[in-house]
Amino acid sequence: MESSDVVIVGAGIVGAAVARRLALGGFRVTVLDRGASAGGTSSSGEGNLLVSDKGPGAELDLAVLSGRRWAEFAAELPAELGPGFPDIEFEAKGGLVVATTATGADALLAFADTQRSAGVDARPVTAAEAAELEPDLTPRVAAAVFYPDDAQVQPSVATEALLASARRHGARLRQGVTVLGGVVSGGRLVGVDTTAGRFGAEHTVVAAGPWSAEVAGNFGVRLPVLPRRGTVVVTTRMPRRIRHKVYDADYVGAVESELAALQTSSVVESTAAGTVLIGSSRERRGFDERIEAAVVGELAAKALILFPFLADVPVMRAYGGFRPFVPDHLPVIGPDPRLPGLWHATGHEGAGIGLSVGTAELIGALMTGVEPEIPAAPFAVTRESLRKVTTG
Amino acid sequence: MKISVTVDGERLGAVAGQTVAGLLMSRGRVSWRTTSRTGRPRGLFCGIGVCFDCLVTVNGLSDVRACQRRVADGDVVETGAVDER
Amino acid sequence: MSVDVLVIGAGPAGLAAARAARRAGARVVLLDSSDVLGGQFWRQPLAGGSDADIRALQHKWDRFVALRRVLTDDPDCEIVTGAQVWAVDRRDDAPPVVHALVGPADGGDRRRRVFVPRALVLATGAHERTLPFPGWDLPGVYTAGAAQAMAKGEGVAVGKRVLVAGTGPFLLPVAASLLHVGATVVGVVEASSWRRIARGWVPRPHELRPKDLMSKSAELGGYVRALAARRVPYRTGAAVLAAHGDSRVTAVTVARIADDWTPRQGTEQRVEADAVCVSHGFVPRTEIAISAGCALAADGSVRVDEEQRTSVPGVYAAGEITGIGGADLALAEGEAAGRAAAGRAGGAAEVARHRAFADRMHSAHGIRPGWKAWVGDDTIVCRCEEVTAGQLRTVLAATETRGLRSLKLSSRAGLGICQGRICGRNVEDLLPDAPLDPGRTANRPIVVPVRLGEIAAPPVEREV
Repeated sequence: MESSDVVIVGAGIVGAAVARRLALGGFRVTVLDRGASAGGTSSSGEGNLLVSDKGPGAELDLAVLSGRRWAEFAAELPAELGPGFPDIEFEAKGGLVVATTATGADALLAFADTQRSAGVDARPVTAAEAAELEPDLTPRVAAAVFYPDDAQVQPSVATEALLASARRHGARLRQGVTVLGGVVSGGRLVGVDTTAGRFGAEHTVVAAGPWSAEVAGNFGVRLPVLPRRGTVVVTTRMPRRIRHKVYDADYVGAVESELAALQTSSVVESTAAGTVLIGSSRERRGFDERIEAAVVGELAAKALILFPFLADVPVMRAYGGFRPFVPDHLPVIGPDPRLPGLWHATGHEGAGIGLSVGTAELIGALMTGVEPEIPAAPFAVTRESLRKVTTG
Repeated sequence: MKISVTVDGERLGAVAGQTVAGLLMSRGRVSWRTTSRTGRPRGLFCGIGVCFDCLVTVNGLSDVRACQRRVADGDVVETGAVDER
Repeated sequence: MSVDVLVIGAGPAGLAAARAARRAGARVVLLDSSDVLGGQFWRQPLAGGSDADIRALQHKWDRFVALRRVLTDDPDCEIVTGAQVWAVDRRDDAPPVVHALVGPADGGDRRRRVFVPRALVLATGAHERTLPFPGWDLPGVYTAGAAQAMAKGEGVAVGKRVLVAGTGPFLLPVAASLLHVGATVVGVVEASSWRRIARGWVPRPHELRPKDLMSKSAELGGYVRALAARRVPYRTGAAVLAAHGDSRVTAVTVARIADDWTPRQGTEQRVEADAVCVSHGFVPRTEIAISAGCALAADGSVRVDEEQRTSVPGVYAAGEITGIGGADLALAEGEAAGRAAAGRAGGAAEVARHRAFADRMHSAHGIRPGWKAWVGDDTIVCRCEEVTAGQLRTVLAATETRGLRSLKLSSRAGLGICQGRICGRNVEDLLPDAPLDPGRTANRPIVVPVRLGEIAAPPVEREV
């Protein structure tokens, strides 16, 4: 039997960030993934590090904490991993949220007011200022708010970078290893049985994104994490004409929605490679991988509302992934009192790339018995808003 | 049938049904684009629309495969690196 | 018009499928992205060609003319050329909904058409696989298929002094076509040794019908005579290891290789040439099949049963996407697929006999792993994103990922506009360990780039 202090299930961005944080804190860490590193949700999104889509509350606090950590990590990383490591393409480019209708404008400005009261830098800009920020933006701007703190990373590379950094601090990564069940002794989870044998650990952290409910189920624990489908399309390379992350104001509504049916709203941005990413649809339809023309078409239509010039630009790729959706729209982070030794770091829906490093901070503090920088209670699996789905 | 096409500002006679690549190569051009990362020359490679090496701009639209697109009378073809314009 | 059978691809397999489905009474729509019927095998100028060109460049041409005539004269067969299928929507237990744009290739103003067929035949063919070597991204290096397409479709020779290299019987017609359009072919270089070719072709001759053997031998024999008459040297057990030149190819290095294709040191020769045409076999074009949900075989081709059924109800596949086997097999499979798609049975035995031929070709000419020794650290592997083999190895060593998806996103190999069509298989082969997510480079839900404005508007017609 192999043994460590902590086994982390899932080598996506959250597992990677937690592994790095714990390895830096002196824990012996083993990361297990049934597939390859960065092979699931972490490599099928846009790489958003956003505050703009979050209203006041616990998730915004976590986003602000994470934003600070990302800036530090991006600064430390090149020296730590050396020049051979690919660039994580961290860019604090800022986000511009645009409403093109009067109703949308009122809602956007009201939302930005509440964010400002919570300390978010949310700056209403005039149509002329918006045009200065984004010269190719539609002239039909009813209202726009600029968020200088929105940033972006290349999520797959960022995951690999966090894993590489974790390894440098002693963590081990085992790919192609499937967790089959928990090892319970004296009412405590003391390890996991896998397709590669038994791994003993004092703590087991579930960071399996949309598959977390399945992993927790192997330990006999109910966890209300469901897959929510997201599709992103990518254009061919072109000279950079989009400078920030640009969203239509519906995006906020789509993120917070509980509807299962298809919703799309635009998130349009350029990447370092010169392509433009257009997201994002949200649909609850289980682990159904198919990408439909109607979804791609609707993403295209919404993107053209923001940037009419995109009509002539070819789209060359579409990819989809599953975001870990929790009914009350908050991630689940921390120990699970139903089974001592079991921890969760999951349920970030479409915000996991951004929130991963803050999540790792919380886990690191809680595991070492230190007061976290922000309150951890809102993320507890025992919270009231999940009671119906975690009990019985 | 003879038609007329403009390539990089020059008016050329062409045969209806010719592809853009066929026209360029029949005039001795072997490359008509440079790559975006290292500026290397590129022209035809796969010839059947799979590799996207032979891209040109036709009537203002970029990323047109020269080996797939047939010239039409009055077409304006521009070569060169799309992402460096 | 209602669509009983939708056929995608109008090469030998698709044409045969369309005709068989019509014979069985089905109403057929036949789509092809090109402006002319015939696929790559019967590629021809839009305006047709001269009799001399057809005699020199085409094979089984009468077969094509007959198929074309029957289908174009048939009011219950709608032929849609210039039809680019860009997406398919998988449905449960039914053929997918097929989305096409009809108009000039890559044009911005094409007509959107959507088909909801009762049965679907995929006959999307194959494209060449080209192994990387130093200098293979220089202008003047072409796939052999490109040389063939330019000769057959445009009457253009890709060079004046041309070397044809790689493996497989396809090298011969390409060299013959080059001669016909006026090029000097400085040599044909076949990677397989005579010994391996003989081992692949000769055993169990009873598995092949004399008629097939005769037909194939006559075809290949014709090419060999054409090459001999023009004194074109034919070498086996050798390969192009590098192409040289600044802005275009001026010379290539040819060397002897071992049975596993490892270069033999000290046998390098420099050959002056202004073009080199390379073919190392074919890769099935499976985008639509994968999006439709069809299961693949281990070699990446679409898995079919003896009546060309895929794993998806109502979806059939024929021709090169079910395994590379040439035009005779494609015609036989297309016939069986069209008949089955229209609800009739029978045709399996014919296909089985032809397939024995395809298996031999693979054993005589399949790619051998020694090619990786041709690839230096600074050899480009992904042409679109200009990723070298060295960069690929560095990223792999840095991340230690076992996943193709992660490797692709970290190295950018396969992320460019061709979406890994050219480099995908080569990247997979260059990995020291099999990836944990194999086949991911073949998954392309957007079949081909389309302009956002073309797909933003809802489709005007939906043809059930």
